[in-house]
Amino acid sequence: MRRIEVDVNGSRHVRHVDERRLLSDFLRHDLGLRGTKVGCEHGVCGACTVLLDGAAVRSCLLLAVQVDGCRVDTVEGLAGPEGLHPLQEALHRHHGLQCGYCTAGILMTAVEMAGEAGPHSVEEIKQRLSGHICRCTGYAGIVAALSEVVGS
Amino acid sequence: MTTVEASAGGGPVLGTRLRRREDGALLTGESRFVADLAVPGALHLALVRSPHALARIVDVDVSGALAMPGVVAAFSGADLRDEWAGPLPCGWPVTAEMKQPAHLPLAVERACYVGDAVAVVVATSEYAAHDAADAVTVTYEPLPAVVDLEQALTDEVVVHPELGTNVAYTWELAPDDAAVDAAFASAAHVVDARYVQQRLIPAAMEPRGVLVVPEPFGGSFTVYSATQIPHILRVMLALTAGVPETDLRVVAPAVGGGFGSKLNVYAEEVLALALARRLRRPVRWIEERTENAQATIQGRGQIQHVELAADAEGKVTAVRVRLTADMGAYLQLVTPGIPLLGAFLYSGVYDVPAYSFRCTSVFTTATPTDAYRGAGRPEATYAIERAMDTLARRVGVAPEEIRRRNFIGPDAFPYTSVAGLVYDSGNYAGALDRCLALAGYDALRAEQQRRRAAGGTRQLGIGISSYFEMCGLAPSRVLASLNYTAGGWEAASVRILPTGKVEVVTGTSPHGQGHETSWAMIVADRLGISPDDVDVIHSDTARAPYGLDTYGSRSLAVGGTAVAMATDRVVDKARRLAAHQLEVAEEDLELAGGVFAVRGSPDRTMALAAVAFEAFTAHDLPDGMEPNLEASCHFDPPNFTFPFGTHLAVVELDTDTGKVSLVAYHAVDDCGVQVNPMIVEGQVHGGVVQGAAQALWEEAAYDTEGNLLSATLMDYLVPSAAEVPSITTASTVTPSPTNVLGVKGVGEAGTIGAAPAVINAVVDALSPFGIEDIAMPASPQRVWRAIEDARRRGTHPTSTAATDDTTTQATSTKET
Repeated sequence: MRRIEVDVNGSRHVRHVDERRLLSDFLRHDLGLRGTKVGCEHGVCGACTVLLDGAAVRSCLLLAVQVDGCRVDTVEGLAGPEGLHPLQEALHRHHGLQCGYCTAGILMTAVEMAGEAGPHSVEEIKQRLSGHICRCTGYAGIVAALSEVVGS
Repeated sequence: MTTVEASAGGGPVLGTRLRRREDGALLTGESRFVADLAVPGALHLALVRSPHALARIVDVDVSGALAMPGVVAAFSGADLRDEWAGPLPCGWPVTAEMKQPAHLPLAVERACYVGDAVAVVVATSEYAAHDAADAVTVTYEPLPAVVDLEQALTDEVVVHPELGTNVAYTWELAPDDAAVDAAFASAAHVVDARYVQQRLIPAAMEPRGVLVVPEPFGGSFTVYSATQIPHILRVMLALTAGVPETDLRVVAPAVGGGFGSKLNVYAEEVLALALARRLRRPVRWIEERTENAQATIQGRGQIQHVELAADAEGKVTAVRVRLTADMGAYLQLVTPGIPLLGAFLYSGVYDVPAYSFRCTSVFTTATPTDAYRGAGRPEATYAIERAMDTLARRVGVAPEEIRRRNFIGPDAFPYTSVAGLVYDSGNYAGALDRCLALAGYDALRAEQQRRRAAGGTRQLGIGISSYFEMCGLAPSRVLASLNYTAGGWEAASVRILPTGKVEVVTGTSPHGQGHETSWAMIVADRLGISPDDVDVIHSDTARAPYGLDTYGSRSLAVGGTAVAMATDRVVDKARRLAAHQLEVAEEDLELAGGVFAVRGSPDRTMALAAVAFEAFTAHDLPDGMEPNLEASCHFDPPNFTFPFGTHLAVVELDTDTGKVSLVAYHAVDDCGVQVNPMIVEGQVHGGVVQGAAQALWEEAAYDTEGNLLSATLMDYLVPSAAEVPSITTASTVTPSPTNVLGVKGVGEAGTIGAAPAVINAVVDALSPFGIEDIAMPASPQRVWRAIEDARRRGTHPTSTAATDDTTTQATSTKET
């Protein structure tokens, strides 16, 4: 067990965790932030994507002990009392989700893109989304939503 | 919960692009899938799975696992043999003689595919359970595997020796073989083709999972499962585990896609229930991705021998199909029935006078197959649409022309097909014309010619598929005639509460399709109220006791219709009550905007909400009327529905590398009346990508020893946004006469139309090489090899080293 101190969505958490505990399990089961989904546990599907100090990472490929002293942002931190995040609104408007299992991960990659110098071309958006698998939508609504918020 | 954009109130709602009410909780992460349900004290299961495709289980030693920290119990198949009241169910014994192997949740004597579960460990954490599973020692006597279908037919290796053969059944639909033979004898043109439908992994993004919670007092259980079929699961769990049905509540919480893979009763669901019963503790199992590839059903797996006979003009005179279907190692819930769902459809949208279909289904030492998006219908459509393109070449006409010469005419409906189906409605030529216009077909052909003349390495291929399908499963009597052991009805209840809010209970069980939004629209439209005032209850057998769940594009055509009919019954009752209190005749009342008004006296009105309150107080009801406004409908459809359309794919094929890029896709679909065109488009988009993925990327590949080579998402190529072109969609609307809504269903249409369109495009690009067919998936290696073989044969056009950089610009437009 190791003691770690992590800032998650702006709240400080101090926990003792097994060295081998995945970041995804730490977030979901230790902190109760189950909005982050686990789809493959081998870093391909992208469902578990979170932001680590602002960069999109796979929480299934990181250990909780690796994020000691870092800031992690998850889907739970996006909507505020005033409503949905603009990217959430855009996905809703463009029917960018069906079963919704991949949505949290896609949102976090999109948030990362929104923080960069833009605008992003449609080709760029598709390339960045290539780290995510959505089995339902065929991606049209997702690409349209991201284009609206981070595109040209 | 964070609220999402308010929906439209008042005004017509049916046919509008109303945003989904499901989205809010999914977007914020508040939705709860099975793996998100936290139950204190829940134990975790991990399964020990066979690494051999076929092996005798000599010994299972769980002592090593029991000694590990956190382990509560561990069992072999033999340990649990007495837990089962029956085997894992197969609900579709297609013939009385069908061979059915014993299939228990844990194998006892033989493991019959890589991934077959042979032991289970129960521990206090997921980590401990998986660690301990590795400490179970299983001694196997490996036996030779049989993966190839045609090799399985030889019975050199028999998967289940007690059955004596690998042939599960043979089934035929051959109304007049003499007529078929005569048609071939006198044919001017014949197509004789062999197509392989590779195995596919459905790969829903949420893996399977189950959580069983024993009630603290009494003997009942709540089963939470990532399933498409909570109602069927409840019945089958009762039969398999021997728990009284009344002691079982099954809940499908948020479910992350299914595509048929969650239309089943799985070993892990039954195991979790039995172990929760045995240990009196909540028990939870969450599937890993590789387990999802190996131990969740796979789709397709057929070899199709398809023959067309045609006259000199290319009019098809007979279709003959000989099918070999891969059952895999066991028969899951509807495994044997999948070929039958295609058996009636091989004549497609064409007026064919003679027909013969025979199917032989065989066991192999691979993961069981079962329903995957389209289930039998994509296979049939692929065969006829590929064969029609070959026929066009034989006759020397364009692919669109061969189709026009054979289409069933728009005035021929209802049309009785040679296979015995009655097609409800259609306008096949209309959809083709619309699609060609949408795609700018003439310009595409001109561009193709320009590139061919220039002789570059990037050639265009254009492929058409005019698909149809049979969905809205299904008339129960027809299912009975096919030996299906359940009905095809769907149930709904509608109640208007004392405050005027409406509760709808449906037997369908959505997992991404947006039923809550669409069903609310149907009810709101009929009552003239806002969809926001309609709540939709589903996927919980305690709250929605009747239902046959969601699969086969049945939910709207059967379940949505039941909702509409129940709504109409509630309105009838409300009208009687309102007429009584307003002292007018029922026929003098009209319902608009949620208010009954007396015709000719617009000031005399009674709002539905007021009627509901009167029904609730029951102070002044007509004589004989029971209190409350509630009605139910159990709708058994009189016929299937038959959606259709034409899809057109454009590929760019690199003749040097064999790489195929899908550069444009145009889909014209007719699913009858559309409740929510936005949801329809979403279904088409997702479906098209899955169908195109079969054509170009996906394959559950096995080695000869029965190892699944594509057991991770690194190896199984589910397309990402980067591979998918812009898809242009449009629709025609030909209402179905078989239900009050005029709807047909759209969940599988895209998948059914897409694979043949894409492969027709690839073959079109390869046609200058004299290539007539390419196996799926049309990988760069396969395409390159086909070109190299053609070059060696000398059947190729002169190739130049010049690179052609022109690419087709795909545009995305949507029109309805």
